Amino acid sequence: MIAIIDYGAGNTKSLQFALERLGVSSLLTSNEREIRSADKVIFPGQGAAGSAMKKLHHYGLDKLIPNLKQPVLGICLGMQLLCEHSEEGDVKGLGIIKGTVKRFSNQVKVPQMGWNSIHDLKGPLFEGISSNSYMYLVHSFYVPQLEETVATSNYNGEYSVALQKDNFYGVQFHPEKSSRKGQLLLRNFLNLSQ
Amino acid sequence: MLTKRIIPCLDIKDGRTVKGVNFVDLRDAGDPVELATQYALEQADELVFLDISATEQKRKTLADLVLRVAAAIDIPFTVGGGISSIADVEVLLKNGADKVSINSAAVKNPDLINELALQFGSQCVVVAIDAKQIENQWKVHLVGGKVPTELDLFEWAKEVESRGAGEILFTSMNHDGTKQGFANHALAQLSETINIPIIASGGAGNVSHFIDTFKEGKADAALAASVFHFGEISIPELKNELKQQQIAVRIETL
Repeated sequence: MIAIIDYGAGNTKSLQFALERLGVSSLLTSNEREIRSADKVIFPGQGAAGSAMKKLHHYGLDKLIPNLKQPVLGICLGMQLLCEHSEEGDVKGLGIIKGTVKRFSNQVKVPQMGWNSIHDLKGPLFEGISSNSYMYLVHSFYVPQLEETVATSNYNGEYSVALQKDNFYGVQFHPEKSSRKGQLLLRNFLNLSQ
Repeated sequence: MLTKRIIPCLDIKDGRTVKGVNFVDLRDAGDPVELATQYALEQADELVFLDISATEQKRKTLADLVLRVAAAIDIPFTVGGGISSIADVEVLLKNGADKVSINSAAVKNPDLINELALQFGSQCVVVAIDAKQIENQWKVHLVGGKVPTELDLFEWAKEVESRGAGEILFTSMNHDGTKQGFANHALAQLSETINIPIIASGGAGNVSHFIDTFKEGKADAALAASVFHFGEISIPELKNELKQQQIAVRIETL
């Protein structure tokens, strides 16, 4: 069973539908036992970092998520919250990955909205996905390049669009909205061994 | 590199597409889901659904449609048309819409923009602005461009940005339906005025209009309806032409 963490943040319907199209059923839940016993956990996110962290705290999920042992995939804000800190409202993240989330400079339009090419792809998430594939992104804050970076994109400079540390994975783009390449990435995540 | 987006717009009434469509491969040209699926396959970058129905059933019919679209396609889509409250937006986002577009309601109650941005995030709040150039002044219009206001396009765009909108969908009433090209001068000025993405709308007639709106109008995305629905412009061919003109577009090889 795939658990999608439910903490009232964002569009989870599209994610559920994307998994359905891959023939996988998912459970939207904030229940600790259900999340712990899932084969894989998806951690979505949308909106502001501060209110998302408050909601996670409210459900006790800020303690639970960093201790999960199965593969976990953070999407969009879910990826950013894997980091230690966000400039967005000066918020403390889950601290799984060392790094600070920063805001795009006003030299470019903010939010970045649309399809951008990704490159320097590493690791099992990007199996069969070629460099310069396009993914759909909507975000005003970004994770700089880190040791854990497994894919980058360029928007006023190179930055991280995917991270991996141990069993924790994160993607800044929305695989559920990124057509075939996004579907392939989700399939790769579902195919990860425990 | 971030690519320029091509966005077909589907007018919806009572859950069906309104304007005629002339798609060879469709079983049911009035079915928005089938049309949306076709556009996604043709590598449209996004879709906009504009609901123009005025029945009491409207909200429920639209919510049902959004759910069916979300189940079928894997590209982002925006829903607009008569959205005026947080409750309206909540049900659409819950059913799988990525963004909502508000127009008249934002002018009547600008605080709605702040409230939506706060509750759902700026990334899903598109403010649609219909404007008409009258004696060198761009004035915002309501009710599909029928009712003039005293609002200046550029002032209003600035206010909309500062209130937390994530994107602006600008339709020039002078250009809409003419097939003579987009309002590139005003679009370029908008781009200098605000720092959120801008979707150009109104006036698409041929491929060079798209080239011009990206190059001269500095638009981030271009929206059109009939030229796509009637097959006058095919999206793959359009994207190839744009690429030839050194405009960054998403072309996926299978």
